[in-house]
Amino acid sequence: MKNQTLFFPNPVYVKETATIAGPKESEGPLKQYFHHCLNDDLLKQKSHEHAEIKMHIAALNHLLQRAKMKKEDINCCFSGDLLDEIISSNFSMREIDVPFFGLYNACATLGESYILASSLISTGLLDNAICSVSSHFATAERQYRYPLELGSQRTPLSQWTVTAAAATLLTREKSTIKITCGTVGKVTDYGVKDANDMGGVMAPAALSTLKAHLKATNTNTDDYDLILTGDLGFSGGKMLKKLAEKEGIMLEKNYLDCGMLVFNKEGQEVEQGGSGACCCGLVFNSYVYKKMLNGKYKKVLLMPTGALLSKTSSLQGESIPAICHAVCLETEY
Amino acid sequence: MKADKKEQKEYKKLLSENMPKTKHVSTILRAFFTGGIICCFGQGIKMLIGFILPQAEEQELGGYTTICMILITGILTAFGVYDKIGNFGGAGSIVPITGFANSIVSQAMEHKREGVVFGICSNMFAIAGPVIVFGITASVIVGIVYLFI
Repeated sequence: MKNQTLFFPNPVYVKETATIAGPKESEGPLKQYFHHCLNDDLLKQKSHEHAEIKMHIAALNHLLQRAKMKKEDINCCFSGDLLDEIISSNFSMREIDVPFFGLYNACATLGESYILASSLISTGLLDNAICSVSSHFATAERQYRYPLELGSQRTPLSQWTVTAAAATLLTREKSTIKITCGTVGKVTDYGVKDANDMGGVMAPAALSTLKAHLKATNTNTDDYDLILTGDLGFSGGKMLKKLAEKEGIMLEKNYLDCGMLVFNKEGQEVEQGGSGACCCGLVFNSYVYKKMLNGKYKKVLLMPTGALLSKTSSLQGESIPAICHAVCLETEY
Repeated sequence: MKADKKEQKEYKKLLSENMPKTKHVSTILRAFFTGGIICCFGQGIKMLIGFILPQAEEQELGGYTTICMILITGILTAFGVYDKIGNFGGAGSIVPITGFANSIVSQAMEHKREGVVFGICSNMFAIAGPVIVFGITASVIVGIVYLFI
């Protein structure tokens, strides 16, 4: 490990991806890229938690189908979500019957799962692994905020938790997109206590990981076709650009944020954009993945960001720590 | 890494300068008119009840109106309308009794899947609870003061 960064000795390839998007996401600008769109977020289940679990299972099954593989062929699953005790992932795995690691890094879980799975695949301990995440607007609102039907006003800084599930199959078998290295983030806390200001909380964490990654790989931001943060949203993205500029790192046209991409800013009333564990999963596994296969993006730095708060910690007056992991993906022909 | 006090202060200053802020004028106006319309509606109901029950006294009419407003809010909450009014009106929809009813019904709806006792009953007052606690405490204090004057 050099400067928090793991350079994988053998390349790890992204073999296939699958995404399932909720109804609001399916009205967004990326609709055409999603593998499956839902028209109902309850999915005829008795609770939204059950619906999220069903969505997670569906994403995993869809991935297996797309990759033409069976459950028995999968070595291991690395999954996570936002719910207490990550029940969505844990309960999904009850149906899938594959060796399983449950992960939690809030919305940065996808990055964590890619780095862990890639490390084990690259060193030859695993042949393949599935990384999956899910999040649901209704379950997250209930856990972190208020009941859905409560007449509370959304603040201008609030973000909309994405209802979606995404799964990625990583293998040693050669394909177009490979993961070359991953930077493991450090928990960063700048004393922000406003649980609505997720962008502001996570921007310094994203900067710290970006700095470490650029230093370790001896690159600068121009070397990437796309630097994609997880869910900083419009204001958080702007803040990251500002912080980076102070450090002499220029984030120009090649910088995007999944939270900015997933919804229409006008007309969908999402204030600062999307958020949630599956925000970057949904955007990366559909839109960015397809653009990489088309050759539009050749080198992408995926940086999922997570705010590590709980309702209890916020009520007890704790500030909100944040984390960001970075994964470097390149196309190979 | 936890940033030191100076860094934290600088960063918070940067945030307060750059992050979008609540548009106070528009939210206050919206709250004023939403609250006003709810109260006018309540007055309308009161007059209607007064028309139907001409013998009823003023205090009775108030009680009936409150019951009607709570019922209407309960129904609107159940049909997913009141949260939209709340998102538009903010404090204007929270301060009248309808806001109180909404906070109880929405909690009950949210927790009905955990069962009647541990779901609905134990969570119903999670948001409205402080209002009841402060209401009772204040009335006890006022009662004691009233006893001595």
